[in-house]
Amino acid sequence: MRGGERMASVPSVGSKVSDVRAVPEVLPPRPRRLHVWGAVGRALPPIVIGGATLAVWELVVRLNQVPSYILPGPLLILTTLVRDWGTLYPSLLVTLAITGAALLVATVAGVAIAILFTQSKLIELSLFPYAVILQVTPVVAIAPLIIIWVKNIPLALLICAWIVAFFPIVSNTTLGLNSADHNLLDLFQLYGASRRQVFWHLRLPSAMPYFLGGLRISGGLALIGAVVAEFVAGTGGAQSGLAYRVLESGYTMQIPRMFAALFMITCTGVLIFLLLTGLSHLVLRTWHESAVRREG
Amino acid sequence: MIARLQKVDKVYANGVVALRGLDLDVGEGEFLSLLGPSGCGKSTVLRLVAGLGEVSGGRIEWPGAGAGLSRGDIGFVFQDPTLMPWATVFKNVLLPLKLRGVAPDEAEARVREAIEMVGLEGFERAHPRELSGGMKMRVSIARALVTHPRLLLMDEPFASLDEITRFKLDNDLRALWARQRWTVVFVTHSVYESVYLSTRIAVMTARPGRTSSEVAIDAQAPRDEAFRTSPLYNEYCRDVSARLAEAIRA
Repeated sequence: MRGGERMASVPSVGSKVSDVRAVPEVLPPRPRRLHVWGAVGRALPPIVIGGATLAVWELVVRLNQVPSYILPGPLLILTTLVRDWGTLYPSLLVTLAITGAALLVATVAGVAIAILFTQSKLIELSLFPYAVILQVTPVVAIAPLIIIWVKNIPLALLICAWIVAFFPIVSNTTLGLNSADHNLLDLFQLYGASRRQVFWHLRLPSAMPYFLGGLRISGGLALIGAVVAEFVAGTGGAQSGLAYRVLESGYTMQIPRMFAALFMITCTGVLIFLLLTGLSHLVLRTWHESAVRREG
Repeated sequence: MIARLQKVDKVYANGVVALRGLDLDVGEGEFLSLLGPSGCGKSTVLRLVAGLGEVSGGRIEWPGAGAGLSRGDIGFVFQDPTLMPWATVFKNVLLPLKLRGVAPDEAEARVREAIEMVGLEGFERAHPRELSGGMKMRVSIARALVTHPRLLLMDEPFASLDEITRFKLDNDLRALWARQRWTVVFVTHSVYESVYLSTRIAVMTARPGRTSSEVAIDAQAPRDEAFRTSPLYNEYCRDVSARLAEAIRA
């Protein structure tokens, strides 16, 4: 056989065995380039829309002289954010810590549960409904119970956030682990692969795009779960997260500060999404259609 | 003889009778094509021979293989390339050796040998998505060859390729077989491809499949473009086509 399909210079290894002339089938692999302008081009439209919205918001507030306790303008929110940074930043760290821990536990536990599900259909059928029940029960309804049962407040918040975050990872990873190509499974069987080999070399890589998709959803949900739990717990003092700052600002009519805290929560959510999207791209960039640039 | 299928039946769980009383001998070192209409059970025969399914009736014997042909002696090429998209060409070809725990040095040498055999040197680090259909199929063939199989099972490997690429891969496969002389069982529904490649053709009936006739392709001339246009080739094609038509009617 020969590699005559290549466009570039080809060693003439098999030229004696083939009489049909080489037909270019593919270009040789090209070095990867950074597509800086492409990234800027993608980021520019939302930035322009965001900037325009903020400008209109500021203009409306100023022209109509809307009181800041009804709707503060973006500039006032920004100055409040800078002024109260000493209070808001520690709260951000608290919320981030709960979110991060919940996401970590959701990932580890979610993947472990998904692996358990794929070991036996009976296990999956027996346990999956309970995972669904946990997912569909509103966390705001069960958070008070968890806070009563678990005396350690950060741990209670972590459990609430975990409950919200773990299902997409379980669901997607289970789907991914079961989506391995059947012909490849046959091939592994033909070559006498053990269950462990099938898992590591086939099921796990096959599940990776599904898992990463679930992780991206769970990242946002972990933050939502943490914020909702903080609202329910309503804890003050040094261990208060951003949700408590929002509540506190509402009670004391410091609406610009409330908006500043909300802005920080939103930015955190966007940052988590971008980080997990970057991770997904990093892992899948060489082979998965979702992460590979289209040619031409 | 390397394998003998005697009165083999295959009934799937959904009640479909794929094979009924199929008899087939596979001789050591021959290039045997299974020719038949779509759905006649050709692929099922390959899967049964590969041990990827159980016969519902009859038996498969391995008279020429001592205690039995081990799975390590069988290579399988599917209709689709069936590559791992996340792995490079090198790692895809390496897979069978990795699963068997072959030492890395030996494995690397054998992978390079197999890649060279199919003419893909220089593409070791490419991912499947960077390759054309024909090149993917070459990788699939290299993966099957890397274990040095005694029996190579090929399930319509070139069916989805364009005719030019298909002719080229037919040429190369035939030349490789002429050098290496493994036993090949090649499933196809193309009369022309089967005549070009084979030393023997087993024609199968429509479902439930069984062999209706066999044709030995006794052409000593090299299989090349001259053979494709020779009267002998045309004569074989006419004969096999007639047998196929008869098998479909049966």
